Amino acid sequence: MKSALISFLSGVVFALGLGISGMTRPIKVIGFLDFLGAWDASLAFVMLGAIAVYFVAHRISRTMRSPILAAEFSIPRRADIDARLIVGAALFGAGWGLGGFCPGPAITSLASGAAPVAVFVAAMAAGVYLHGWWAAARETKAQSETASIAAAAADA
Amino acid sequence: MHNFTPIASLAGGILIGLSASAMLLMEGKIAGISGIFAGLLRPAKRDLLWKACFAAGLIAGGLLLKIALPTAFDFGIVRPYGALIAAGLLVGFGTRLGNGCTSGHGVCGISRLSARSIVATCIFIASGAIVVYLVNHTLGGAQ
Repeated sequence: MKSALISFLSGVVFALGLGISGMTRPIKVIGFLDFLGAWDASLAFVMLGAIAVYFVAHRISRTMRSPILAAEFSIPRRADIDARLIVGAALFGAGWGLGGFCPGPAITSLASGAAPVAVFVAAMAAGVYLHGWWAAARETKAQSETASIAAAAADA
Repeated sequence: MHNFTPIASLAGGILIGLSASAMLLMEGKIAGISGIFAGLLRPAKRDLLWKACFAAGLIAGGLLLKIALPTAFDFGIVRPYGALIAAGLLVGFGTRLGNGCTSGHGVCGISRLSARSIVATCIFIASGAIVVYLVNHTLGGAQ
């Protein structure tokens, strides 16, 4: 129960941070990405503020055996830079620049009741499902290829 | 840079950092919004509760903003629906393929000095900049 409350309150504070910082306004996001136009550097300060705080928190977490309310830290440990990371980041960036929304500000902005935000979030959900189907199809293909190689090896 | 708001942006960034820090130190979780969003769409029992609570908090925070800081939703630029649909599909698909967005890679990952996140952040800012350049300066669709 306490953990659910902390998650909820963290979401509230995160949303307030997005709103105060300007991240919920596509004009600020697109202005930040417009390096060759009338560049608006504000969003660099969002990253600066957030990273400065989280850098310290991460250092503190490394001295702790477990988080305060959970059994263990769930931190990604991958270090490999693969094609999926690169292509995925490139596609995400293209969508971010095109619409001016990334996931956090888009979800927060649902509260505004503006139809374009709802359309963006619905399309974002469709993109998530599309990826799920694509990944599942790839896995099935890889499995059937492995199976046919194994069958061929068994025949030989 | 007539729209430059370094103080507000820094203050907002600090709040984002505090929120993500609370999730890390209290619950051991990475506050990556694309992962939270996808976790609600394709639920895995294990992480459903905290993700649902965090997302509900985002919306509740949005409602607070609507009352206390309505200018947060002065979008300034609203792309046509076709562009927004394409953008949403790219953001949804791309963040799953690349395992993160501005929060998970751009804030949490960079702070952990994760090579994957540093690479991802450089790439999504670069590709975003290319698209904005194409839209604003070659298609002439600045507003």
